[in-house]
Amino acid sequence: MALPPLDSPQWQSPWRAFAWGLRSITQTILTIVLFVTYLGIGALAHDTHFSLLWALASTLFVWAGPAQIILITTLGSGATIIQSAIAVTVSAIRLFPMVVSVLPLMRTPTTKRRELIFAAHLTAVTLWVECHRFLPQVPRERRIAFVHGLGFGLVSVCLCANTVGYFLAANLTQTLGGAILLLTPLSFLFSTARNSREIADVVALVLGIVLYPLAAKMNSGLDILVSGVAAGTIAYGVHWWREVHA
Amino acid sequence: MTIVQLIGDWHALAVLFVAGVIPNQIWRMLGLWFGGGIDEGSELLVWVRAVATAILAGVIAQIVVEPPGALASVPDGLRYGAVGAGLVAFLLTRRSIFAGVVTGEVFMLAGKWWLG
Repeated sequence: MALPPLDSPQWQSPWRAFAWGLRSITQTILTIVLFVTYLGIGALAHDTHFSLLWALASTLFVWAGPAQIILITTLGSGATIIQSAIAVTVSAIRLFPMVVSVLPLMRTPTTKRRELIFAAHLTAVTLWVECHRFLPQVPRERRIAFVHGLGFGLVSVCLCANTVGYFLAANLTQTLGGAILLLTPLSFLFSTARNSREIADVVALVLGIVLYPLAAKMNSGLDILVSGVAAGTIAYGVHWWREVHA
Repeated sequence: MTIVQLIGDWHALAVLFVAGVIPNQIWRMLGLWFGGGIDEGSELLVWVRAVATAILAGVIAQIVVEPPGALASVPDGLRYGAVGAGLVAFLLTRRSIFAGVVTGEVFMLAGKWWLG
């Protein structure tokens, strides 16, 4: 499927643009990655004793996979609300530069801020990547409608995946249930590794994994934050050292 | 499974809102409001991104090291082996997420079957 040319009459109706956005979810491998990831999140929610409604609400209103697994894992292992909220807040800071860089692609001189609220809510790593890929092929005045369609499609896929994963975890044998749960660490590990372009990202990923078991031994209840801040700061130090000696 | 179990309790949903929804929407709405003057490559954002990546890495490690639910039925060595096998496939295929995930899963299931 190719999008119609920029001057095509197909783009005259915002609803048509929405439909083209919706259809574009079939044009990317990331839709499958998201499906698998949210299948895992649904299963994880089940095995950590959250309800299906809770899992669906987290997908709809949080709409950030990393934040959702941090939330489920920390709350499920007995962290306090404050500890979970801090870990999620830190993980979510990455949304800020994403929103900052993606919204200008949709803005026209007459666009009002409130027209961009849904687009800002839908912004997460997948949408951010796809916007940079698709939006140059969409007329500027139809881009918001296109992104609404794309985002609506992706959220719908993830809600279905959550539901399927939740029921699979409830009904499968232990081995297959374990296989579904293993999807979460595998898909996050490899998608994060794939998105790591700079040395700081790679060091943060590797050290974050290695330092967590050490931090967990301290049993402070803040394990994730301790290992995250330590590994992240060392990674930043490596980045800084390379800049200075470049 | 009953309807009540599927809906859960209001307390858990309130926790979701406080610890999940607000911490995410704050950053998106700040991006919407103050988007103009931020340099994406600024040093502070490099540090923030590194810490955010490391926190996610820690959670990935936590799920594998202290597995929840059914994953706990898979022996330690098999879980680590599955992640390792997936990583090798990921690197050999020039960073294919799909190859990494499938290899990890197959390794784990084959190991379970082999161990009986």
